[in-house]
Amino acid sequence: MTQAQALVAAGIRDLTDLGGVVLVFPLMLPITGLLLGLVLGGRYLGRFVLLLTLLGLGAALAIAAVVLVGGDALQYLLGGWSPPLGVGLRADGLSAVMLVTSALVMLAVALYAQRAFPITGDGSETRSSLVFWLLLLGVWGGLNTVFLGQDLFTLFVALELLTFSAVPLVALGGKPETLAAALRYLLFALLGSALYLLGAVLIYGTYGTLDIALLAERIAGADRWPPSLVAAIALMTVGLLAKTALFPLHLWLPPAHAGAPPAASAVLSALVVKASFFLVLRIWLDMMPGLLATAGVQILGAMGAGAILVGNLVALRQVRLKLLIAYSTLAQIGYLFLLFPLAAGAEALALTGGTLQVVSHACAKAAMFMAAGLIAAALGHDRIGELGGIARALPITVLAFGLAGLALLGLQPSGGYLVKTLLTSAADASGQWWWGLVMQAGGLLTAAYLFRVLGYALFGPRADEGRPPNLAIKRPGRVQELVALLLALCALLLGLLPPVAFDLTGVGRAGVDAGAAVSVAMAGAFDWGKLWGDLWPVLIVGLLVLCAVPWPGGRPAADADSVRVSSSVTGRAAAVVGLVFERVDAALRQWPVAGLSLLLLGLGLAGSLVGGA
Amino acid sequence: MSVGLISDVVLILLVLSLAVWITIARTAYRAVVGFVAYGLLMTLLWVRLAALDVAMTEAALGSGLTGILLFAAAARLAPFEAAERARAPAPALRLLIGLLCTLVAAGLAAVVLWLPEPAPTLAPLVAEHLPPTGLRNPVTGVLLAHRAIDTLLESMVLLPALIGVWSVAADADWSGRPGSLPRPPASDALTLLARILPPFGVLVAIHLVWIGADEPGGKFQAAAVLAAMWVLVMMAGLQQPPAVVSRGWRGLLVVGASLFIAIGIAGIWLADAFLAYPKGLAKPLIIAIEVALTGSVAVALALLLSGPPTRAHRCEAGR
Repeated sequence: MTQAQALVAAGIRDLTDLGGVVLVFPLMLPITGLLLGLVLGGRYLGRFVLLLTLLGLGAALAIAAVVLVGGDALQYLLGGWSPPLGVGLRADGLSAVMLVTSALVMLAVALYAQRAFPITGDGSETRSSLVFWLLLLGVWGGLNTVFLGQDLFTLFVALELLTFSAVPLVALGGKPETLAAALRYLLFALLGSALYLLGAVLIYGTYGTLDIALLAERIAGADRWPPSLVAAIALMTVGLLAKTALFPLHLWLPPAHAGAPPAASAVLSALVVKASFFLVLRIWLDMMPGLLATAGVQILGAMGAGAILVGNLVALRQVRLKLLIAYSTLAQIGYLFLLFPLAAGAEALALTGGTLQVVSHACAKAAMFMAAGLIAAALGHDRIGELGGIARALPITVLAFGLAGLALLGLQPSGGYLVKTLLTSAADASGQWWWGLVMQAGGLLTAAYLFRVLGYALFGPRADEGRPPNLAIKRPGRVQELVALLLALCALLLGLLPPVAFDLTGVGRAGVDAGAAVSVAMAGAFDWGKLWGDLWPVLIVGLLVLCAVPWPGGRPAADADSVRVSSSVTGRAAAVVGLVFERVDAALRQWPVAGLSLLLLGLGLAGSLVGGA
Repeated sequence: MSVGLISDVVLILLVLSLAVWITIARTAYRAVVGFVAYGLLMTLLWVRLAALDVAMTEAALGSGLTGILLFAAAARLAPFEAAERARAPAPALRLLIGLLCTLVAAGLAAVVLWLPEPAPTLAPLVAEHLPPTGLRNPVTGVLLAHRAIDTLLESMVLLPALIGVWSVAADADWSGRPGSLPRPPASDALTLLARILPPFGVLVAIHLVWIGADEPGGKFQAAAVLAAMWVLVMMAGLQQPPAVVSRGWRGLLVVGASLFIAIGIAGIWLADAFLAYPKGLAKPLIIAIEVALTGSVAVALALLLSGPPTRAHRCEAGR
């Protein structure tokens, strides 16, 4: 044991001696893989990408270890040119966390998708196989560049690489409706890119540099913010929010994430939307920390709260499982943006909570989409009302779905629990109790749709009643089921990691002691009183929802998806509320309304920043 | 008023009115015609701003190749346009949209006018650090040395875009040839043009790459010229577009970025940094990268215009 430890310590020392050049590896690995893979093509492409993801995970873990042990951010000057002339790379704790998370999800997706995109018998390549594997590498390359880039224009190119790789994944199935979803995604994401670029241009025109660290110095040195800077921040933020699909700019997300093949949905939901969020974080916390003192953070927080409430309520009313998960993503993105108002008062708690939300949601949501993909492949559909019997046929898959759901709704010791506890403490510490209330409501709504799905899966009437069992069931691969289960367990057991692992989040950032914050949150998490206090509301919601699920031999399944969730008065009231939110969501997803929301949001953000410094 | 100022004012008014005309044009075809003219006027504006590299790129890519792409798209969409127009937003809504767009544009223009004078610039810093690269065109210096990573990533972005175009093919057509290029009816004039023009185009492209080290020009402009020549040959029917499964063509697609990355990685040992060039070898290496990238970008651009693979001979029915 001690020998192994010594070996690891020596390895980390060697890597530390190499310095920032190790950052070139995650930057170039996916891109080089894309170039080689395009020429290689054919039968072994899936294995090749799997090998790359293994290498990538190793590299990400090594970088995280070096950053954690060194206690400082890694820096590297590309070509030896220092900014503002050249472009720098930088990995602080946050970057390292993101690198590890995306490499982990990529590895899981690569394992899961080995069987998803088969090659023809004679070994020649197929359209979906080539496109999926190469664009997966494109997405990964874009993500890693976003996490390491320090220059606003390099980050723009990274976003482009990401968008152009992500959009065709949506339409991989080749159906007209997925093509329409992909085009919708493309148009809105390109609008976001254009707004971001416009902002970057204004910043260059004002300060003559695009390097985030240099900009931070120059902006902090000014006694008031020039109008061009205010306009630039508003444009860039709104553009990035459109790419993140933060409510009410989410018109593209539900059809895109629900229409993509499950392996692609997992990447899109778990990672791609986080990249633009990460850039908002870089701009608001690193480039211009003064923004946290403006009313702009309240706008971001309010949109996050809207996302949590609307996303969860509309998720509850979905008929199709993949759409439910897509709306759940919409809601989970909301938690990320509560970080901004909370960071104004309690940065350490808020930032740790937000980072954990990224990690926890990435694992849980990838697991959910994988499980849903296996269920849909087995049944030939993903209608929630007709899931009856699936739990007996695919127990591991349903277990993975359920555990991922528990992690999302925030039971001990999941990542979701830490997120909720840390953000609630941040809300208390900064005297903004209302955000805590939103999170509690969000957790209960998450419990409601989770139990609705599990209720049908466990107790729902079987669609194939009378026929011999398992006739319609196409068995998934054991590896696919296990990958989904392992990802769900990652999210569920995140809180059990040693506190020192969480310290990574705060590296390179003064005054953020993430390990201590997590220790406090985990202390007493398993006291009976605390456990029961967290559990009973979930159980009540669960029981209420299960009562609404028709039992075998009861009403026909299709009926259960109508407006009548329950025949009681409260049930009907809940149904009406749900219907109202569904209408609101449908209206917000119209192009003119989304365009107007974008404009108003930009103006609102700009207005909230005017006169600040 | 000097002649320069008068011509600038005329140019700006023309650009603005063309922009309005493109927006309100009744058919996509007319809008595309307007767009191509708009691109040419923008080229003149860039020349007036002394940004020759930008002007050449705008002419070659913004107006030229994009124009071909949009013409092909407009031709394909023409049968559906009448039905689509019936679903257009109500006039009141369109008026509101126009009004809001004007306000946004005016607001952005005001912000631009507010930018500090004189504008902060890195040009002196670039000039100071140009000698070690052996280049004399500062734009090439920035693109291939100071900010090489951006150029590398930009050339990479073309690949997912191309794969994205291929991805809309039908599964069964995957081994077919691309068939989206417009195929005008065969005529002696077109065939003659497609035989005579390409040698000159190739010469121009070689010239553009070669002088790019010291004068305005470089790989993107040269690649656009090469791509245009090849597209002309394919449109005249003298050559079929290559199948997307062809390994040889895929090799050409990746050779530029691969060489760039290889030289960049060698720099870690030979010049102490990724994407740095060893002393004295900077200029030859940069020219090697430029030449290889020109080939790759030209193939990528031409294949982007050629579209997704279709069943054989479908392309004959293009017009």
